[in-house]
Amino acid sequence: MTEKKKLRIATTSLAGCFGCHMSFLDIDERLFPLLELVEFDRSPLTDIKHCGPCDIGLVEGGICNAENVHVLREFRKNCKILIAIGACAINGGLPAQRNHLDLRSCLTEVYLTEPGLAHGHIPNDPELPLPLDKVHPLHEVVKIDYFIPGCPPSGDAIWKFLTDLIAGKTPELGFGLIEYD
Amino acid sequence: MTDTFQLDGATVPFEEGQTVLQAALAAGQYIPHLCYHPEFKPHGSCKLCTIKVNGRTAASCTMPAGAGLNVESDTEELNVLRSTLVQMLFAEGNHFCPSCEKSGNCMLQALGYDLEVHTAGFRHMYPDRPVDASHPDILLDFNRCILCELCVRASSEVDGKNVFALSGRGITKHLIVNAESGLLKDTDIALTDKAMQVCPVGVILKKGVGFSVPIGERRYDKSPISAQALQDAPRGPEASGNCDACEDAP
Repeated sequence: MTEKKKLRIATTSLAGCFGCHMSFLDIDERLFPLLELVEFDRSPLTDIKHCGPCDIGLVEGGICNAENVHVLREFRKNCKILIAIGACAINGGLPAQRNHLDLRSCLTEVYLTEPGLAHGHIPNDPELPLPLDKVHPLHEVVKIDYFIPGCPPSGDAIWKFLTDLIAGKTPELGFGLIEYD
Repeated sequence: MTDTFQLDGATVPFEEGQTVLQAALAAGQYIPHLCYHPEFKPHGSCKLCTIKVNGRTAASCTMPAGAGLNVESDTEELNVLRSTLVQMLFAEGNHFCPSCEKSGNCMLQALGYDLEVHTAGFRHMYPDRPVDASHPDILLDFNRCILCELCVRASSEVDGKNVFALSGRGITKHLIVNAESGLLKDTDIALTDKAMQVCPVGVILKKGVGFSVPIGERRYDKSPISAQALQDAPRGPEASGNCDACEDAP
């Protein structure tokens, strides 16, 4: 008897808080049946640094800097199905609350004029990715196949969505699982 | 003998003067709607309640019920149109639900849930709309305004005060406050005003009570808006129904 090939899943957090990943872990003991069906590629769970060819990519967080764009494009290139998970990935979320402010004045206030930072300066190490002028939802940068809203989506919502998808059905959330907050 | 029309194949009776939406809701048939309020004259601006009558689209909140009309509402075509309208409202304003104290009690959000809107889809506009926190008891957060004019209508028709108005046209249209300073503190608005109770989203908020109801116990945590809208009947031709969605006066 040949073992059924497991689906490969990659996950990452861009301009997010890892809350959606914490919520993913809230599927609790259902992780065991899930691991019968899938294996993880790049993810904070594996510490693999780059995304290889995958069936499903789960991306938390919006796009706030150049590195986010790079990682998101790597996910799009490698994942057959790309899913935006959580408010930040879908509409920019909390980081996008800076979008009606000027980036320079934002940085100036945080690093130079606010009290508490002795000899503060705006970070300019060449290794730091440059912030973008505005924070963007994922779908403004690459094609996104599915969206799981919520801040964060509940473990039950993530479980329902993934199991629908793995079973080959169109994922549906329905009342009680679809939440924007 | 009462006249009737057909709604998605069901027979709906109506009284003279009722609109299609009023008659449908009174008969227990739900049509999604947002700017309509049972206590006010229909406004017809949000178009969420769009139906097809004899093959032509119309706003059911303003369309007079007529004998023998053939009305389509719960079809894939119309529900996709409604989802798109909700998506456009989300993309046009700053609707950041996790930080909004109206979350869970918001009609726009609840309609999004009902219509399975998972993303705004469009490019978000992130408009710059500073809040008006000038009034000691009331906060105005314009970021969430959907221009339904319910506060405008309530303030003028019920409170007799004209505290609110819409100004500008097209994408620059916005809610304004009737004071020389433009600030709410310089108006005669009171917490007991009808205008305080009708906002379907989180623009007009009483200060000091935010997030008082825990998640799980808020209005639309309990059952979908489609189920709750039917509880707000009666909706007679005089539009004098009682609205459960209105917040209680303090």
